[in-house]
Amino acid sequence: MSMPYYVAPEQMMKDRADFARKGIARGRSLVAMRYNEGIAIIAENPSNTLRKTSEIYDRIAFAGVGKYNEFDQLRVLGVRSADLKGYQFSRHDVDARSLANQYAQMIGQTFTHEVKPLEVEILIAEVGVVPAKDQLFHIMYDGTVLDEKRFIVIGGDADSIRSKVETAFVEDLPLQEVVKIARTALSTDERLLQSTDLEVALLQRNGSRRCFKRVTEHSLTELLA
Amino acid sequence: MKFPLFSIEQDPGSNFGELLKRVGLSPFSNYANVSQVDIPHATTCVAIRCADGVVMAGDRRATSGNLISHRSMEKVVQADDFSGVAIAGAAGPAMEMVKLFQLQIEHYEKVEGQPLSLEGKANQLSMFVRNNLPAAMQGLMVVPIFAGYDDQIGQGRLWDYDATGGRYEELDFVATGSGQLHASTVLRVSWRKDMSVADAIELVSRALWEASDADSATGGPDVLRGIYPVVASITKNGFTRVSDFDLAAVFATITTGVQQR
Repeated sequence: MSMPYYVAPEQMMKDRADFARKGIARGRSLVAMRYNEGIAIIAENPSNTLRKTSEIYDRIAFAGVGKYNEFDQLRVLGVRSADLKGYQFSRHDVDARSLANQYAQMIGQTFTHEVKPLEVEILIAEVGVVPAKDQLFHIMYDGTVLDEKRFIVIGGDADSIRSKVETAFVEDLPLQEVVKIARTALSTDERLLQSTDLEVALLQRNGSRRCFKRVTEHSLTELLA
Repeated sequence: MKFPLFSIEQDPGSNFGELLKRVGLSPFSNYANVSQVDIPHATTCVAIRCADGVVMAGDRRATSGNLISHRSMEKVVQADDFSGVAIAGAAGPAMEMVKLFQLQIEHYEKVEGQPLSLEGKANQLSMFVRNNLPAAMQGLMVVPIFAGYDDQIGQGRLWDYDATGGRYEELDFVATGSGQLHASTVLRVSWRKDMSVADAIELVSRALWEASDADSATGGPDVLRGIYPVVASITKNGFTRVSDFDLAAVFATITTGVQQR
């Protein structure tokens, strides 16, 4: 009978975390920021069809970085869970906090119990009826949930992007300003990102039921001009 | 709450109705024989095509036997930005069907990342009506009209259904419910190709007025309480409900015309 090798739990968790981080670092990063009319999510994404940001519910948006098939699966789960909850109870009962907890449970479970952790980091944003009720959640590959007040950066090079956003960020900026801050933060020194390299989605606090809106490439070009 | 997880074979995809079945929340279950019970019924709805799209209208009355059970029911409902549903039949299952239909359209759009085509929506509604067939046989018939603006061909389209889910696209106009006969006679006589939205609103209002005049289950304009039929236009600019203020003027003209007959 062959004996399984003993691996210390610390080592096992570290190996998994390294594996997940490596997978996430291969992809491109994204920034979610509050602005004067809601929340803007700005992602570096050259693809015009494979989206990183999407609508979950009336006031809730999802964005993911890392392995596309994995975060896309999480996105669909979120839509299903939210639509079921809204159907069973009321549209007002669907909230970002409980969704973020559900994601954290599942991603955490996968991290410790499955063969391979998910190589993704996701963010869940909810635009409140008033700015004070805005919610931003950052869920990491191991199920850790972080609740942010102003902005979130997720992805490979998050630390350096975060410090760039931090220096420029001010509350209540207009959309054009936050898009420009995010563009500069996501760009490298060699190359400034253009509208074709970016995917921008908004949660607008404008009173309509579905707050999620994609910014078309045309209007993005105007915003960046 | 827990995430609804499925194996590959069991995955409902972007179908919200199937998802409800998998999690045991499907509203399409067997009803007991209720044909002997007086349940609220909703009545006349019409939709017509005009130059810029379609105009839909429905009265506000729901009846249980010979009693009026609701005076302000909304039978014409926005399905999404460019389409609407009007329903006649048993009020409970009809409202549930509309709610489910709205959710299905939105659910599909979110899961798939793009909206269903207008024809796809019409087909989806036909499946809902077919699923309701066992209940229809028990007396809970639901017969909707579906209408919308098809941006792929740049014009309005409308469909009516039968209890088995049969889906029929109409080119000019359609009426459903207990006042169907009276309303569709008015439409048949006065409908013209390429009417303006304003003319179409006037025509559907007249059709509903005549239906309410001859059919006790169809409600007319209730000036006393300020309740007017729901009238909406769907054009390339989207779904727009006509305000009660404008409808009051339209019905005032109609009733003045009737007085002078």
